Order: sequence, then structure tokens, then C-alpha cells
Amino acid sequence: MTWEVALILSADGLANGAVYLLAGLGLVLVFSVTRVVFVPFGDVIAFSALTLAAFEAGRTPPTIGLVLTLALLALAAELWRLARRREFARMPRALLLWGLLPALPCVFAWAVAGRTLPAVVTIVASIALVVPIAPLIARVALQPIADASVLVLLIASLALHFLLSGLGLLFFGPEGFRTEPLVGGALTLPGGFPVSAQTLLMIAAAIVLSGLFYLLFERTLHGKALRATAINRVGARLVGIRPARTAALAYGGASLLAGLIGVLVAPVTTMYYDSGFIIGLKAFVAAIIGGLSSYPLTAAGALAVGLVESFASFWSGALKDVIVFGMLIPVLLLRSLLVARVEDEEEEIDG
Amino acid sequence: MSTALLEIGGLHVSYGRVEAVHGVSVALLPRQIVSVIGPNGAGKTTLLAAAMGLLPSLGTLRFEGEDLHGLDVEARVERGLCLVPERRELFGELSVQDNLQLGAYAGRLRRDALRRRLDSVYQRFPRLAERRAQRASTLSGGERQMLTLGRALMSAPRLLMLDEPSLGLAPLIVSEILAIVRGLRDDGVAILLVEQNARIALESSDYGYVLETGEIALAGESAALAGDPRVRATYLGGGTDDE
Ligand SMILES: Nc1ncnc2c1ncn2[C@@H]1O[C@H](COP(=O)(O)OP(=O)(O)OP(=O)(O)O)[C@@H](O)[C@H]1O
Ligand SMILES: [Mg+2]
Repeated sequence: MTWEVALILSADGLANGAVYLLAGLGLVLVFSVTRVVFVPFGDVIAFSALTLAAFEAGRTPPTIGLVLTLALLALAAELWRLARRREFARMPRALLLWGLLPALPCVFAWAVAGRTLPAVVTIVASIALVVPIAPLIARVALQPIADASVLVLLIASLALHFLLSGLGLLFFGPEGFRTEPLVGGALTLPGGFPVSAQTLLMIAAAIVLSGLFYLLFERTLHGKALRATAINRVGARLVGIRPARTAALAYGGASLLAGLIGVLVAPVTTMYYDSGFIIGLKAFVAAIIGGLSSYPLTAAGALAVGLVESFASFWSGALKDVIVFGMLIPVLLLRSLLVARVEDEEEEIDG
Repeated sequence: MSTALLEIGGLHVSYGRVEAVHGVSVALLPRQIVSVIGPNGAGKTTLLAAAMGLLPSLGTLRFEGEDLHGLDVEARVERGLCLVPERRELFGELSVQDNLQLGAYAGRLRRDALRRRLDSVYQRFPRLAERRAQRASTLSGGERQMLTLGRALMSAPRLLMLDEPSLGLAPLIVSEILAIVRGLRDDGVAILLVEQNARIALESSDYGYVLETGEIALAGESAALAGDPRVRATYLGGGTDDE
């Protein structure tokens, strides 16, 4: 392998790593607040990419129907809950939150569809349209079992993935799409080595978004409230933080990340209704490296996964996924050793 | 007692099919410290958890005349109820300062109001001010207790419910903490104090209840209760005449 090749592979690896980083942040965000391994994350990525493709083809994205259907289900669930608890006064709020709010991006998307508008508008419309998806499916299927064990939640989450993926096939069809490049051209690094602008954009997006993430969690009270819910649910409730609300925020944040990932990868990868799953799975490897709780470790893990994948595909395209997922074994071994020690320590200070 | 701040009447609380609190009545006036003493497993923690909404209950439960049954925990926090739980429930991986700031979460304070409240808590607990950047999980037992109390004060509660504030603390810190609690009463906060340590509970309170196996066995002015032969025999360590 020459330096040239190694550099190309590294740039590729970092671009992929950037995607896994964003996805990994989303997975850790949801897991730490709700203890749900959010498998449908990848589906939201695919839906965002396919929504953008539909806009570019001049069609009305079928995502609108999907979001409205989910919103109706969530609204019914919420109204039923309020009716059972006789809290009729809170119904208008529920109507606003679960009915009207998700409908807004649908209206926007519907207005945008079929017109020739700057790419930015359709990109924003695509992302905005998928943002309600995760909070809505979580409200319908995961919130009612929020206190169940991690395993039960994982099973429900897997089932949701299959359901969404089926809906994806129904709404978007089996064809693959690739969208217009977001940015064209290439940059020449010192030494005459070209890097495509798309690669740089992906890396820049990851850096900026993880910076925002850090600020949100370290500097704002709401970010701290999210972390507090993750650390101690009872403690959070006792200071007036509603876990259901923080969960909705976490799902919304994850959905937003998935939407961004979708429009970032769609120009360089042909996306099918089920293409998101494998991205989510590799991000999951990164999240496991971060113990499903540490954002910095997850970020490092994501870059490692991207690089390993890129170099592995150079040596053996057929084996690259095997190698990436094979990384899990040493990571899990190491983690189980570390975790055992941490738990011993926590037992002492608990009380 | 129509002027009661908190009115608990004939309250039943169950864990699944097992009832732990059988028709307990407790009343609390504004600016009053009321203590509930009793042996292990009497249902003291259960009673507080039900008042806070952590456990469902049957019976009368009113705060300033408003029925609490329709309100969830968070709404009760917004009304001014605050529980310092037996298990402390701090945010171990967050800093002392973050824990305190989150204590005011329900108040939705502006930045400067939050700052002022934080300063007043630091004034009360200078130890916390020294350790504001330290992770809560690394505090000593006494410091954790101060942090739990500090976090509770951040919400500016109208009714503070304390579950065994003396648990695992040295006598000196216990009297320090109880002095703070009495100071709070003078600031207009009502306090429901649950304690194993009957002596300090009755010394610090205006009115007391003895809870035994989920039922009120005795009730009365704290001073009178402390002189009651049954209380002396069971909770104040025999008939020694040391007070
Ligand atoms: N989660 C639970 N599930 C079932 N039973 C419980 C649960 N928590 C408490 N109990 C039972 O309810 C009864 C009252 O418990 P509670 O914790 O209220 O007692 P306590 O008066 O606070 O005791 P202590 O002084 O030891 O803290 C006990 O018999 C206990 O075993
Ligand atoms: Mg107790």
C-alpha cells in the first residue's frame, strides 16, 4: 500500500466515521435517556434520503402520509391516556403537541413538492419531515412500556424497525435512489492530494454537530435535565423533570440527527428503503465502544469503525463487514472487565 | 382542620396486593414542623412516597385544599411540595452545582434569579460552595446529605418532606442539619420530618405522630409525646430521666 492509497482510504474512512459518529450520538442520546436501543434509527436515515430523492424527482414525498398516520396513532394514544385519567383540561395541549406540531412539516413539504426551489429548501423540508417520526413511534409503542426491562424494550424496538422498514417498502417502493451532490468539486491538500468537497462536508458536519451536542449537554439546563433523567429517573422526577417529555426531546434530537445523516449520505450512496439499518448497526458498534453512555468514547469509536471499515474494504471487500462487527468482540471483553470494576465501586458509594 | 397546609386523611397505600399503610391521618399547619417516628418497616417512607405521588394511594390527600390525587409528581413539585428521599437520589455523575441548579428546574427561573438562589444555598452550606465542581458521587455522606437538602431548597418549597435526614450522619452534623431545618420553618416553610431517631425528631418538631405497622399509634404535641411513658419506653431508650 502506498501513502497515496493510505491517504485516500483514511479520508474515506473519516467520512464514513463522521456518519457513524452522528448516528452513534443519536443512539447514545436515546439509550441514555430511555434505555432503548433505538433500532429504527437507521430507518429514519433512509426515509430522509428517500424524501429528498422524491423532492428532486418532483414528486410529493410519501413520507407525508407516513408521518400523518403516525401522528394520528400517537394522538389517539395520548387522548386515550388523558381520558382514562380524566385530565380533560390537558387535551387541547395534547392536540397541539401530537396532532398539530407533526403536521407542520407535512404542510411545508407539501407546499415545497413539485416546485423548482433552491436545494437548501428541499433539504430542510426533508429533514423537518422526518423529525417527528422517532418521537411519534416512541409515543405509540415505547412510552407505554417505558419501565420495562432493557431486553423487552430492545425487542419492541426491533419490532418497530421491521414495521417501519415494511412501511418504507410500502411507501417508497423497492427502487434505490441517489440524490444530487450537496457540494461539488475537490480540495487539494498540500502534497497534491485531492479530497472531495463532499468528504470534507461530512467531516465538518460531524465536528460542528458534536460541538453543538457538547454545548447543549454541558451548558444548558435542559441538556442537564436530559442527563439527569439518564442518571436517576426518580431523582429527576423529584425536581420536576418529566421523563416522558425528556424522552420525546431525546427522540426528536435523534430523529434530527438521522435526518441530517440521510441527506449527507444520499449523494454518495444509493439508498433503498432498508439501507439505513446497516449504518445504524455500525453506529451501534461505536456506541457499544462508548458503553452506550459516553459521547466522547462513542465519537472515538465511530472514527475507528469508519477507518477500520475503509482499510478492510481495501484488503477484502467481502470481509469488511465481518471485520467491523468482529471489532465488537474485543471491545465487549474489555468493557465487561471495566464495567465489573465500576459497579463494584458504585455499590460502595450508593446510599 | 380546614386551615391545614397538608391534609392526609384515612390514607391507604399498597405495594401490589400488600397494603403497607392502613388509613393513616396526618395534618400539617403552615410553618409547622411535624415529625413521624416509628420502627423499621412501619410505613414512614411509604407515607411520604404516597404524599409525593411516587406511589398511588386511596384516601384524602390535599395540599392547600387542592386534591393531590389528580397531580403527578412533577405537578406536585410545581405546587411547592418537595421530598428529600431516604435514598437521596442525587445525580451522581453531575457536579454539585449542576445538581443544585436542577433542583430549581420546576421553577423555570431566569438566570439572575437562579444565581441568587444558588448563592443563598451556598451561604447556608459553605462546604458545597467549596466543592461546586466536584461530582456528587464523590461526596462524603454528610456532604451528600447537605447536597440533597440544598437541592431541595433550590426549589423554594412550601412543604419540605424529609425522610431520615440523620441517617448515617455524625451527631454534630445532625444537629447542624436540624438547626437549618428549624431555620427554614422561620422562613415560612412547613416541614414533615420522618425519623428513626425519635429524640431529635421530637426535640425539633411542634407536633408528632408515632407510626407502627402502617397505623398511627399515638399523636400529640411533641413535648407531650416525648413525656409519654410508652414513647419513652420504646423510642427514647427506656425510662432514663436525662432531659
Ligand atoms: N417496593 C416495595 N414492595 C413491596 N413492599 C414494600 C416495598 N417497599 C416497602 N415495602 C414494605 O412496606 C412496609 C413499609 O416500608 P417503609 O419503607 O415505608 O418503612 P419505613 O417506616 O420507612 O422503614 P425504615 O425506618 O426502615 O425506613 C415494609 O413492610 C416494607 O417491607
Ligand atoms: Mg424509611
